[in-house]
Amino acid sequence: MLTKRIIPCLDVKDGRTVKGVRFEGLRDAGDPVALASRYAREGADELVFLDITATNQKRATLVALVRDVARELDIPFTVGGGIGTVQDVEALLMNGADKVSINSAALARPALIDELARRFGSQCIVVAADARYHAPDGWQIYTRAGTHNTALDAVHWCREAADRGAGEILLTSMSNDGTKDGFALDITGAVSRAVGVPVVASGGAGSKQDFTNVFQQADADAGLAASIFHFGEIGIRELKEHLRQDGIPVRL
Amino acid sequence: MEIAVIDYKGGNVQSVLFALDRLGVRATLTADPEAIRRADKILFPGEGEAASAMQELRAQGLDQLLPTLTQPFLGICLGMQLLGQHSEENNADLLGILPFDVVRFPTTPGFKVPHMGWNTLQQLRSPLFAGLREEDYVYFVHSYYAPVGEYTIAEAAYPISFSAAVQHKNFYAVQFHTEKSGPVGNRILENFLKM
Repeated sequence: MLTKRIIPCLDVKDGRTVKGVRFEGLRDAGDPVALASRYAREGADELVFLDITATNQKRATLVALVRDVARELDIPFTVGGGIGTVQDVEALLMNGADKVSINSAALARPALIDELARRFGSQCIVVAADARYHAPDGWQIYTRAGTHNTALDAVHWCREAADRGAGEILLTSMSNDGTKDGFALDITGAVSRAVGVPVVASGGAGSKQDFTNVFQQADADAGLAASIFHFGEIGIRELKEHLRQDGIPVRL
Repeated sequence: MEIAVIDYKGGNVQSVLFALDRLGVRATLTADPEAIRRADKILFPGEGEAASAMQELRAQGLDQLLPTLTQPFLGICLGMQLLGQHSEENNADLLGILPFDVVRFPTTPGFKVPHMGWNTLQQLRSPLFAGLREEDYVYFVHSYYAPVGEYTIAEAAYPISFSAAVQHKNFYAVQFHTEKSGPVGNRILENFLKM
């Protein structure tokens, strides 16, 4: 049976893993290569690496660091941050990435999704969408590392991304990110039911029960988190044992 | 031992090279027919789209060479599908080494496409899987599949049963990513390298 995936995320800035609250107030969480290999050993199903400085400072993702991380990993590895061209994707795949995640560049020019999917296959193109709740309008998509509101409806954009060839949606709730109050169940469920491709839920994980909830109530295919893993608050194995007890299929 | 990893711009080959490296094995990434012909073992990884992969293989003359090889050969993911006769993906004619046609997963409520993630192996019947147990997990990511047939040496279900691995003579192939399937995948690669 296909299992639900648990995905630690390494937000990387200047070669170090960092973590903030609602995309701000970053603190250091360690060496990305060491963290990546620890997570693979502990039973992570996949790893996501986001170069969070890349878009703002308009520099390419740190290809050498990607290579060092990929060398350690015998689980799938997704890389995002500042990816805007076919050449960017080629360079990352050549250095050991299995999938790439695009965000701002896809919003600036949605046809990029079609081009990348045609060239590399949908299976390796993830569209990352950062959504924030605005009363009374609902969930809207932000771009440029969460600094700019596009006013696009989150479900609408995710559906368009999937229709254009994204093989997976990585949906981050900025309203929940770093709060540890749980995933945004309403928007995750709405997106998951609106697209035919897998949806990774991100933002807000604080307890094992939060993962149970996002799988059982929001139809997420994977749950992504950062700080609870980096700072040792929840072990990947104990999280998966909890999920199995709740009747959720996991790889143990 | 000389190991050739076939280079046809087919996606995440670097992951395969890193996996071999972790097993302490040196491999050469090559499209040179002579280097491929004289290698002791051949890996044929791949991701992406069938028609453009076949176009690339034809441009390099590899579509003629590959069916004539006699050493142990391991196709991975798209590298498995390309061994079949025909793919529904952009109506592509394939290498024709194995008798299956590649088809797309039907739309089934609750089963998203691509089939992406860790799924269990069943009906293991090959030395390629020595040391594995039924229901061991491996990592899949694909939208098309080869149906179960007499060439099938492992199955998986999503929700219909399909070929997780196939074999014909020296040609072995797996739909999942051995290089990304943790200790289980490493064991399969080791088993292959011992053939």
